[in-house]
Amino acid sequence: MGKVGIIGVGQSKFVRAFNGSIRELAFEAFREAMKDAEMTTNDIDATIVCSAPEYDKQRSPSGILAEYFGLNPQPTFYVESLCSSSTTGVRLAYSLVKSGLHDVVMVAGFQKMSEITSAESQERMGRGADIQWEAPFGTMMPAYYAMYAQGHMAKYGTTSEDLALIRLKSSIYGAQNEKAMIRKPLSPEVFEDSANQLNNPISSPLRTRDCCANADGASCIIVTSEERAKTFSRKPVWILGLGSATASVNMAGRDTFSGLAAAVEAGKKAYRMAGVGPQDIDVAEVHDCFTIAELMAYENLGFAKPGEGVELIRAKETYKEGKIPVNVDGGLLSKGHPIGATGGSQVRTVVLQLRGEAGPMQVKDASIGLVHNIGGVGIYANVMILGRE
Amino acid sequence: MAEKEIDSRFSKFGTVSFTGLTRVNDFIDYLQQGKVMGTRCKTCGMRFFPPRADCCKSLDSNMEWFEVEGAGTLQTYTTLSYAPTGFGQDLPYAIAVVDFGSVRVFGRLHRSIPAKDIMIGMPLKLAVRKLPDGNMTYEFLGAS
Repeated sequence: MGKVGIIGVGQSKFVRAFNGSIRELAFEAFREAMKDAEMTTNDIDATIVCSAPEYDKQRSPSGILAEYFGLNPQPTFYVESLCSSSTTGVRLAYSLVKSGLHDVVMVAGFQKMSEITSAESQERMGRGADIQWEAPFGTMMPAYYAMYAQGHMAKYGTTSEDLALIRLKSSIYGAQNEKAMIRKPLSPEVFEDSANQLNNPISSPLRTRDCCANADGASCIIVTSEERAKTFSRKPVWILGLGSATASVNMAGRDTFSGLAAAVEAGKKAYRMAGVGPQDIDVAEVHDCFTIAELMAYENLGFAKPGEGVELIRAKETYKEGKIPVNVDGGLLSKGHPIGATGGSQVRTVVLQLRGEAGPMQVKDASIGLVHNIGGVGIYANVMILGRE
Repeated sequence: MAEKEIDSRFSKFGTVSFTGLTRVNDFIDYLQQGKVMGTRCKTCGMRFFPPRADCCKSLDSNMEWFEVEGAGTLQTYTTLSYAPTGFGQDLPYAIAVVDFGSVRVFGRLHRSIPAKDIMIGMPLKLAVRKLPDGNMTYEFLGAS
């Protein structure tokens, strides 16, 4: 059985409010991926569409996108796992190709978070977790990650200033990424200015600076087999390992609050399948919906021991020139986080890195890359390892 | 409670309830009696909080209620400065996870605990509270 690889990647700019419909937004990423793969629509055997439905007005968007992309009569279907939807899509694409059912599968992730009003968004925010047993207390996504930040700080002595270092790094690379929504590099002094709104408390200990922003955006990833790839001029980046895991939605089902168990499990599976370890990773994209999420990812993926993730950021080891460059495209914190598009955007960044096409963000001689994409507060975790060979 | 056409007791849970129908509706009646209850599978003994009607281990739906009692320890918490629609009037408020040994419980910290005194590891106990609109909830109170 041959390898499975990624032969085309595309991404729209991530913006606060896209001036167009969801099909037009998704088309931007689709067009870029098709041109990147040097394909025509006849080459695509099936489409997997990914988004978080609470932001969609369109029911069953996969049909709409397949039509707009000119991909009828090929099959299309929809997959959702909150913020990790599009890496779940890539996992399914891998299995469809590996099984021989299809040769070329497209994964189109999108989210137009501005599709609903901010009042509607505020109302939906409370339903992000267990609506029967948690939402009646007044929960929201930053509060859940804040409970992990609180747990990490109590256990390991991590500080708010440590977390700010992650935002600082993000802002530097966001400024270099023309697809990112937030492109202003920050200086460390900003975090000491109490009048700066970036320092406003959101949910203790997290502040505005610790949180990513909603965005509109789309991503597109084209997956194919080693055999079929021979018929195209583009050389794929190979999917070496895939790990996926889950954890309880309700926080009462969690036994630690200093790391995400599902991320640890997904990471182990991906490393085992790829036959590599954390020390072999040249570049990583991790799910930094909050600064604490990136810090936990360092530890959950084995880049640092539990409690020692702060050493990596303090020593700038996760910068482009460091031991393990992480989110050198600005991550979710600077790119923005259009739920269904985020995982595909992470995959695109790593593919570009492994091809040597990452421009100013290029990590030198990157040959093995990792994607860590989390749905909810570690309810869903997908880890993917990609390689040039 | 006898079978009725619609048993929507659960719509009285918390500040804003998002669902009215569940097979563990008796939870609300117990709250009205001042008790926070979980369920235990009579077949295999597994305990659940939040309570559930069905056991994923034995696959039976033969549950009995037990009260979550005594002092637990604070596992983690956060104090919110922003809230979803319907909760703004409660700000600032803190949500927390408390470990009671056989089960962990997610809920709100009682506002009588000063922010500076909240410490992971501190002992807390459950207290039932009736909200001004008649809804029922539970909170964590200092236990020392």
